[in-house]
Amino acid sequence: MTQLLEALAWIADPTRWSGPGSIPVRLLEHLWYTLLGVGIAALVAIPVGLLVGHTRRGRGPVVALSGAARALPTLGLVTLFGLWLGIGLTAPVLAFVILAIPSLLAGAYSACEAVDPRTVDAARAQGMTEWQILTRVEVPLGLPLLIGGVRLAAVQVVATVMLASYIGNGGLGRFIFLGLNLSDYPQMLGGSILVVALALVIDLALRLVERLTAPRGAART
Amino acid sequence: MTASRTPRPSRGPALGRRSFAALAGTGLVAAGAAACSNEDPLAKESGSASGGSSDGGGPATGALVIGSQQYYSNEIIAELFAQVLEDSGASVERQYQIGQRDVYMPELESGAIDLLPEYLGNLLQYLDESAATGTADDLATALGEALPDGLRVLPHAEATDQDSYTTTKDFASQNQLAAIGDLAGVEDLRIAANPEFEERPYGPQGAKSVYDADITVVPVSDSGGPLTLQALLDGTTQLADIYTADPSIAANDLVTLEDPESMILPQNVAPLVSERIDEDAAAAIKTVTDVLTTEELIALNTKSVTDKQDSATIAKAWLTEKGLLGS
Repeated sequence: MTQLLEALAWIADPTRWSGPGSIPVRLLEHLWYTLLGVGIAALVAIPVGLLVGHTRRGRGPVVALSGAARALPTLGLVTLFGLWLGIGLTAPVLAFVILAIPSLLAGAYSACEAVDPRTVDAARAQGMTEWQILTRVEVPLGLPLLIGGVRLAAVQVVATVMLASYIGNGGLGRFIFLGLNLSDYPQMLGGSILVVALALVIDLALRLVERLTAPRGAART
Repeated sequence: MTASRTPRPSRGPALGRRSFAALAGTGLVAAGAAACSNEDPLAKESGSASGGSSDGGGPATGALVIGSQQYYSNEIIAELFAQVLEDSGASVERQYQIGQRDVYMPELESGAIDLLPEYLGNLLQYLDESAATGTADDLATALGEALPDGLRVLPHAEATDQDSYTTTKDFASQNQLAAIGDLAGVEDLRIAANPEFEERPYGPQGAKSVYDADITVVPVSDSGGPLTLQALLDGTTQLADIYTADPSIAANDLVTLEDPESMILPQNVAPLVSERIDEDAAAAIKTVTDVLTTEELIALNTKSVTDKQDSATIAKAWLTEKGLLGS
């Protein structure tokens, strides 16, 4: 309990809220790395996921691949890519992309699959092209599931982005690693609390987006 | 029994340096698996808690329990001590690869561990940060004050495994570097080092005040391990903090800059022992510390990193070669 209070006092110290290496700077870096990881992963995973969901083909291999990707330890990937690409931002971001892809993929294909097949057939019967069916029927109706995938990926990545600091970057991980190595546990715990808070904020914000994007009239679960 | 090499074990204040890897449970740090045996500390926990006598095979006084840090080189040193003690007739129980100083110091104080190889500077830094300056002998004296009752350090070895300002041969020759002071005036200097290096008296502030060199730390948290080395070799940084007993210095033709002002905290190997280590046992341990130089330690480490031998094999061969067994 004292440790927790000391950590909160560490966060509350006004000297840590301005200047280089201060909490706001590290928070922004942390958010930026998260955005990079999830953003790049989304560019890859969402189109593939929608294609799989729309065509109902290739689901087996995609599920198997993304399941395998989930099992990769991210610290191992960061180290491996770091040895290959050198220290800096590329190696960890690549690892975060791999971490984010399975959730995004699952969100995208289940967004399509969740749409009632009769609705899709009706759209097709009205003469909509496959592209129109995807963009005007499946994506709007399945959007909450798609956003749900983004939310899961973002929360996973934001909690893992501390590893960027392991190999020469900023982010909230700097406080965690420095605190750990100096036995400065208030600092370590303070950094961890900030990561948790950031994850909660992102989770809540994207839950809100999920609600707002729910199609009118669609059954809510 | 081959342990994946965790990033360099911390000789940091809390041994925190590799503790992160331990926390994250990574076995996948790919670079160079050191062939150290990795005994399961839990397997013997009940034995160690009672001073190691629970296995029933020891003498009435119980076996001496020897611990090591979670650092392959430290385990080799522990094994050297273990084998000379066994050779002197003592009964020994091994408890290697214990994580952080925060974890094993209470074990030493409670008597669950009797002997663990330590490093003068980091041990003193852990106990009393303000006292941690000076030569190895100063540190040993200060440790006598700072250690809790019942614990002492035996005479330290010449071998030191300490932080360094290390660069590539090319960069050293281009800029005519031999000592840290030669860095004064060189622009855009970056050193890959653990994040806490920034806070140490021998970090960038020390380099500025003692040697007038301007250096920025690029934090790489693998304690002078493969990523730190990689950053130096690919030119991301011009300097790296690689511990002086690391075989990668010689293997990559690196140059460790001299420290004529003794700014860097000495990390001579020193056996930290409980009261159960009597004068006979201390004498046996001293036969090792008397001949253990940094060069010898590097040679021992190389056998683990390069030849993938386990600590028992490495220790036995070295002790035999030095004539320290069977006397």
